[in-house]
Amino acid sequence: MINSSSENVTKLNSINRRMFITGSLKFFIMIGLVSRLFFLQVKENKKYLTLSDKNRIREWKLAPIRGEFHDYFGNVIAGNFEAYQLHLIPEQIEDFRYVMYRLKDLLELSEKEFQKIVKKKNAIKPWETLIIADNLNWKKFSKVNNQLYDLNGVKPVISISRNYPYNENFTHIIGYVSQANEKDIELNDIIKKNFVPGLKVGKIGLEKSFEKRLIGSNDIERYEVNAYGRRINQLEFQKGERGKTLKLTIDTEVQKLANELLKDKSGSISVMDIYTGDLIAMHSSPSFDPNLFVFGINQDDWQIIRNNPMKPLVNKTLQGNYSPGSTIKPIVALSALENGIIDTNFTVKCNGKTEMYGQTYHCWKKKGHGFVSLRNAMKQSCDTYFYEIARKLGVDKLSQTAEKFGLGKKVFGDLFDIEKNGLIPNTEWKKNALGKGWLLGETIITGIGQGYIQTTPIQLCLMTAQIANGGYKIYPKIIVNDKENIIPNDKFTPLYKNPKNIKIIQDAMFGSTNEVMGTSYRSRIDDPKYRFAGKTGTAQVRKITEEDRELDLQTFEIPYEERDHALYIAFGPYINPRYALSILVEHGGNGSTTAAPMAKKLFKKIIDRHFLRQSMNNKKYMEI
Amino acid sequence: MYQHTRLKDNNFGLFQKFKNFDYVLFFCILLLGFISLIAMYSTDGGEILFHTKSHFTKLIIFTLMMVLFSFINIKFWFLIGYFSYFVVIVLLIWTYLFGIKSSGSQRWIDLYFINLQPSELMKIFIILCLAKYFHRMKLDKINSIYTILTSLIVILLPMGLVIVQPDLGTSLLIAISGVAVLWFVGINHKYFIYTMLGFLLLLPFIISFLKPYQKLRVLTFLNPDRDPLGAGYQIIQSKIAVGSGGLFGKGFLKGTQSYLEFLPEKHTDFIFTLFSEEFGFIGSALLLLIYAVIIYRIVAIGASSRSYFAKVFCYSFGSAIFVYITINMSMVLGLLPIVGSPLPIMSYGGSSMLATMTGLGIVMSAKVHSQQAIA
Repeated sequence: MINSSSENVTKLNSINRRMFITGSLKFFIMIGLVSRLFFLQVKENKKYLTLSDKNRIREWKLAPIRGEFHDYFGNVIAGNFEAYQLHLIPEQIEDFRYVMYRLKDLLELSEKEFQKIVKKKNAIKPWETLIIADNLNWKKFSKVNNQLYDLNGVKPVISISRNYPYNENFTHIIGYVSQANEKDIELNDIIKKNFVPGLKVGKIGLEKSFEKRLIGSNDIERYEVNAYGRRINQLEFQKGERGKTLKLTIDTEVQKLANELLKDKSGSISVMDIYTGDLIAMHSSPSFDPNLFVFGINQDDWQIIRNNPMKPLVNKTLQGNYSPGSTIKPIVALSALENGIIDTNFTVKCNGKTEMYGQTYHCWKKKGHGFVSLRNAMKQSCDTYFYEIARKLGVDKLSQTAEKFGLGKKVFGDLFDIEKNGLIPNTEWKKNALGKGWLLGETIITGIGQGYIQTTPIQLCLMTAQIANGGYKIYPKIIVNDKENIIPNDKFTPLYKNPKNIKIIQDAMFGSTNEVMGTSYRSRIDDPKYRFAGKTGTAQVRKITEEDRELDLQTFEIPYEERDHALYIAFGPYINPRYALSILVEHGGNGSTTAAPMAKKLFKKIIDRHFLRQSMNNKKYMEI
Repeated sequence: MYQHTRLKDNNFGLFQKFKNFDYVLFFCILLLGFISLIAMYSTDGGEILFHTKSHFTKLIIFTLMMVLFSFINIKFWFLIGYFSYFVVIVLLIWTYLFGIKSSGSQRWIDLYFINLQPSELMKIFIILCLAKYFHRMKLDKINSIYTILTSLIVILLPMGLVIVQPDLGTSLLIAISGVAVLWFVGINHKYFIYTMLGFLLLLPFIISFLKPYQKLRVLTFLNPDRDPLGAGYQIIQSKIAVGSGGLFGKGFLKGTQSYLEFLPEKHTDFIFTLFSEEFGFIGSALLLLIYAVIIYRIVAIGASSRSYFAKVFCYSFGSAIFVYITINMSMVLGLLPIVGSPLPIMSYGGSSMLATMTGLGIVMSAKVHSQQAIA
């Protein structure tokens, strides 16, 4: 130790020098750590606080409560009910197979249903909600709830779902809702905004048209969650807004009657208030139960609906383009009167057939009607008379009048995306669309509502209403007090040149229904309270050949698809008319035997309920 | 001088020992212990549960042990320098052969009353062993090939035994402890520079040897957002916790990141994050200050020690502790990749605390016996 004392000093010097270096290094590193802390905690504090809140606060959107549909009297025709559902999020489940087998037992799922759920699970992302059951009965729901301890991750949910208490009665008006698919979300911003798994949105009808008003807004729950997504406590509950309830102008009783009348038939009934344009009923038959679609229709039910030859999926009232047949005659006659082609004294001799331009045109009555005036021709629906006045009138003048009265264009505008225009032909149209010149023979058959001319039942109804109200323009509507639907200023502008002409037509229609020899005489009501005026129509589905004429078969002897469509338009009560209707029965054979009797029953009902409807109005004003 | 020394030798009475005791250091350790208990209480969600109780027990036992160690003459520690190293080597071999497997690694041995992690102890005993090795070494021999090779073997042997566990983090910390000694005893600084350069050159090569999860950690460190829910999760959440703490913190027991379990390993490696979230920049800086005081005291004790052995031990141990703290904090603050390294005393874990307290006990012993010369 002694001999190495100088060495020791060197050693100590060395170690102390190095300690000094190390110490200084430590000092700077410490400063570095503190500045890092300062940077994170003081300078970037806001950023990390936001991130921390994003971590711990999670929002749950709940499905909004959809607005309801009420009829004119406040009956719920599309409402909500509490559906018991089971949801789960696959990534939150430890043992998916086990949970699924347990659920299969509890819910008594068939192998097919079970496979369907497994397939659905594979199709979605692991963090998306899988709906195991969307509409459980209470018994099964409570059973699952009792077993929840064993089903970690399964969430029992009480969800609000759509319910259509009148089943098939309103399907073609309000449509139905069903689970939103990707297309719905993409195309509609409001659906995108409010989307939650299992959200139901309108697929067709008013449910679709008024999605924006019906959908409401989500309830939002803000929870503090832990790292595993488990909710720790609720921080906030933001109540969403319920969707708006829409009141329809429809009278459920009349609607139901329409459904009954068309039972097992294919056709359409529309009833309209001739002054307000309120739709009292609008039905297309056959219909289907919209409740089937709410939770996704099963394959069997879908095939039944799809393969029905009467086409329940087609809304015949709005989508059906039909030849109007003789129901166009009031417009033809009116057009002739308005244009001064004829007057009431003008007569034509009907021999049962007439030859014009080298073609033979037949009247429906083989023996002919003899000499007929306008009133008689309308009353007995003499085809020969109308061939003659159509020839004199010309198709262009006829089409002007027809269009004025609402034929050939959409009645509801954009409200129903399925609505068709129909077709009122004229010479220009033919040149543009078909590239051919108009033939005079075509004018002649247009005069009895055959040929190119096509109308939808709702157009016929509007036409009748506008004749019935004395020839004034109305805008049909289906929503009561729809503030967003701005009715143009030309409401109630006269569509006639001379009001007398409208009277003449009304009178002729009266004769058709209420006088002997009238085509719908058998369906008349003698009580003036209910008395109505109408016009029958029989639209040929195919051209009648000479052979057919000779056979002269009864309706039931002809194959269904080849039978004529039966039509009827009417308004009533005849004194102070208020309502107009149009009836179409596809392949119903004959307007006077099939369609007109329905009008009789309808008018009874409609007029009986008129005062109730008025009292609803009065009450409303009194409340104000 | 001889006489005097011998007199002193025999004169280490209990009273003298108490008088020599470093109360500042002791107070800082107690304060740190108290803070760690508070943090542990918070990790248990504001209840006295398993972690708090267990940490409390360990804290009491190991603090008493440290006090006890400080009254043992520094000569004793010198004496057992090699022996303790070999005991820990045997324990490491034992771990390799019969250790307890847990989450993919084999780091613990079952001692019936405690599960011991010998690699933690090695962090201290490698310093003891090397300090003894260089204590009597002549100046000209220090930089000889023989010495350097021997000391490298002393470092590499436990490193290898720990790497196979596998536990890269701890083996690096052991190496750092060893290298600290080599630095202080005066190995030529050129060697350090060459080694560093060599290491940098070999880095790509070394990376290719890393296990996939280790590569992932490095990649994650470079860009935590590449997999925010997977590999990057820990570091992102840790930064969020620290950052959201702000100047004054969210308040005791109010750290949402830890309370809602977003923080991984909050008892052990990430305990500082939790503390920082709840007590903010002020609290964190205070904690760093306590550590700084502890390290300063350790170095000061080394400086005032008479024996070379004690000096080397204190300097190296002080630097090692500093490195542990720096690595842990850099890791949770997103400055370094994630390596398993506990924060001394704060982190939950018996072996780590045992090692730290043993080291501190030896430092205390050096202080108490600062005038003790070792032949």
